Amino acid sequence: MKKNVLAVTLTMLTIGVTAACGGDSGGSSDAQTATGPIDIWLSNNPEEIAWGNAMVEAWNAENPNEEVTAQEIPAGKTSEEVIGAAITAGNAPCLVFNTSPAAVPQFQKQGGLVALDSFEGGTDYVESRTGDSATQYQSPDGQYYQIPWKTNPVMIFYNKDLMKEAGIDPENPPLATYDEFLATSRKVVESGAAQAAIWPSPSSEFFQSWFDFYPLYVAETGGTQLIEDGEATFDSDAGKLVADFWATMYAEGLAPKESSTDDAFAEGKSAMSVVGPWAIAVYGEDVNWGVAPVPTSTGMSPEEIYTFSDAKNIGLYSACDNQGTAWEVLKFATSEEQDGMLLETTGQMPLRADLKGTFSDYFTENPEYEVFAEQASRTVEVPNVPNSIAIWQEFRDQYSSAVIFGKTSVDEALSAAAEKATELAGQS
Amino acid sequence: MSETTTAEKAGPAASRRPAARLGSQPLGILFAAPYAVFLAAVFAYPLGLAVWISFHDYFFAAPGAQVDRPFVGFENYTAVLSDPEVRKSFLNVFEFLVINVPLTVVLSLVLAAALNTVVRARTFLRVSYYIPYVTASVALVAVWLFLFKEDGMVNQIMGSFGPNPSWLVNSTLAMPVIAVFVTWKQLGFFILLYLAALQNVQKELYEAASIDGAGWFRSFRNVTVPGVRPATTLVVILATITGANLFTEPYLLTNGGGPNGASTSPVFVMYQKGIEQGTPDVAAAIGVILVVIVLIIALISRRILEDD
Repeated sequence: MKKNVLAVTLTMLTIGVTAACGGDSGGSSDAQTATGPIDIWLSNNPEEIAWGNAMVEAWNAENPNEEVTAQEIPAGKTSEEVIGAAITAGNAPCLVFNTSPAAVPQFQKQGGLVALDSFEGGTDYVESRTGDSATQYQSPDGQYYQIPWKTNPVMIFYNKDLMKEAGIDPENPPLATYDEFLATSRKVVESGAAQAAIWPSPSSEFFQSWFDFYPLYVAETGGTQLIEDGEATFDSDAGKLVADFWATMYAEGLAPKESSTDDAFAEGKSAMSVVGPWAIAVYGEDVNWGVAPVPTSTGMSPEEIYTFSDAKNIGLYSACDNQGTAWEVLKFATSEEQDGMLLETTGQMPLRADLKGTFSDYFTENPEYEVFAEQASRTVEVPNVPNSIAIWQEFRDQYSSAVIFGKTSVDEALSAAAEKATELAGQS
Repeated sequence: MSETTTAEKAGPAASRRPAARLGSQPLGILFAAPYAVFLAAVFAYPLGLAVWISFHDYFFAAPGAQVDRPFVGFENYTAVLSDPEVRKSFLNVFEFLVINVPLTVVLSLVLAAALNTVVRARTFLRVSYYIPYVTASVALVAVWLFLFKEDGMVNQIMGSFGPNPSWLVNSTLAMPVIAVFVTWKQLGFFILLYLAALQNVQKELYEAASIDGAGWFRSFRNVTVPGVRPATTLVVILATITGANLFTEPYLLTNGGGPNGASTSPVFVMYQKGIEQGTPDVAAAIGVILVVIVLIIALISRRILEDD
């Protein structure tokens, strides 16, 4: 009997292995000129869904034979996992209006994305709409597998009431240099105005460094990416200054080492938060807020400060049968009119050259967004390199060890992370 | 018994006939077939695929994409075994199992024995222990977060005796907290297994032990424990398998295997590498190693528990 069980098991394993050997085979789509109905996925926040549905309605009214059907990205731990699974299964939609630039190298390697350069006028369209910063979104092969769509330039939100309670000038809290930021933070915590000065998530997800280390590093270096020309850049004086700053925040208890179980800024548990313009809609009603650029060691003037862009882009996926229609919808959705609608509906900044000039009326009517619009012209994206997410995870692990938990030295952690990041960026 | 008789009567020549090969109850194969197909599709095929992936330079690709997936021998295994993060995750889960499995066996057996003697509120108590098992981990984790976070209820009660750093950001305590959480969550299921096993322990044995002057503890040790030994084997193996597959708790309770990787598990690292980072070949190698280790532990546990 045991022999029979063993035989059956081995047979099944053999079947599995044999079937597995089939793998995926080649073949490419020639659907670039095809037109017809398409599906698109939208992010799952209410404002973007409202904009997306209105955009689709406007398109469908003019193009009844090329109907667009929109839905939210299906539920998953992250959008990137869902999109990656859909690419593998061959059922990705034509367009995803929430493609993370960090995931693009992986999607491209999977064969899931269509280079927009392959459409007539594709490169010109991307570069003329976004301007010089479009090149940050170019893949190593020189092509655009994403259109830079919208940015949420990262800045520091602060709670004026808590600042006042801590004895700090609420209209102009000293936050420009690291020393000022630390002094302000100490006052907030020591006065008991808030449990924490600032509460960036101390968890180990690869993307968390985009909201603590990276914005400050980008600012400190005047706009340097984590990886440039295939080499990690952060094992440097600037990288160490930023890491030491955050290490002090954690060591002195000004930033907690444990994640908040609720929205610490909304609940008044922290006096500051690292946010994008979306925060105006989220906190605007409940918190008496002010906004400042991210700090630098020497305190640069605000108009010189760069920050992390936190962009979300649009990808055109290779599973799409009617790519001709998808390309037209993509252009329609990123037209000046639709970008204006996006700005009005969501408060997020379209990645356009001359954003403030193009939508001057909006910023006149909504001056609170103006500071973010100014910052949007000086943003830096995550590097578009192979193994992007593995690099960020490696960085986060070393950062957690040295900066958040103080188990290793900052110098050792940055050196180790830089060595590994350069190695990963050099792999295909 | 009847099968043996039939075979003896039919002799060797008959056993070579197709009908005889199907046994005396060929219809049974039909009834068993759905589950066999299920096993083949859900366990055997993925396992075979995982083994194949682990020996190749593999990544998930779109249907129709031209990709090269060369055979790389043990390269993925070498990468995995030389990765300190992976080695740490195996040590972490070993620590988890050392706490979780004995705690699960002892608590579920003691509570099952106690519940077996309870007359009043028996159903209420059984359901009470079972509720955490059927409740979604996400909901339970939220409750434990409120209990064990820095300003949570446990630290408020303990005051200055609370650990510093707090439970979930303490590299020494994070994994034990997870082990206790999982023990508590799964206790109801294992209590049910023991309760079923206890129904097969003959009451006469307890009466004999009582006549010989044995108290509750000696009866428990000399009658109950040996009487439920097959169930203990099952509990140990099941607790080991489910424990080795630890994922949700480090993902949610300690924010992704924190602090500083103190509660990462092999399955969590598989998720990071296979799903997030697009290297399913490395993830598959971790999975195969995990399967082999769990099989070895299960075999050793069975040998020790059944040989006694």
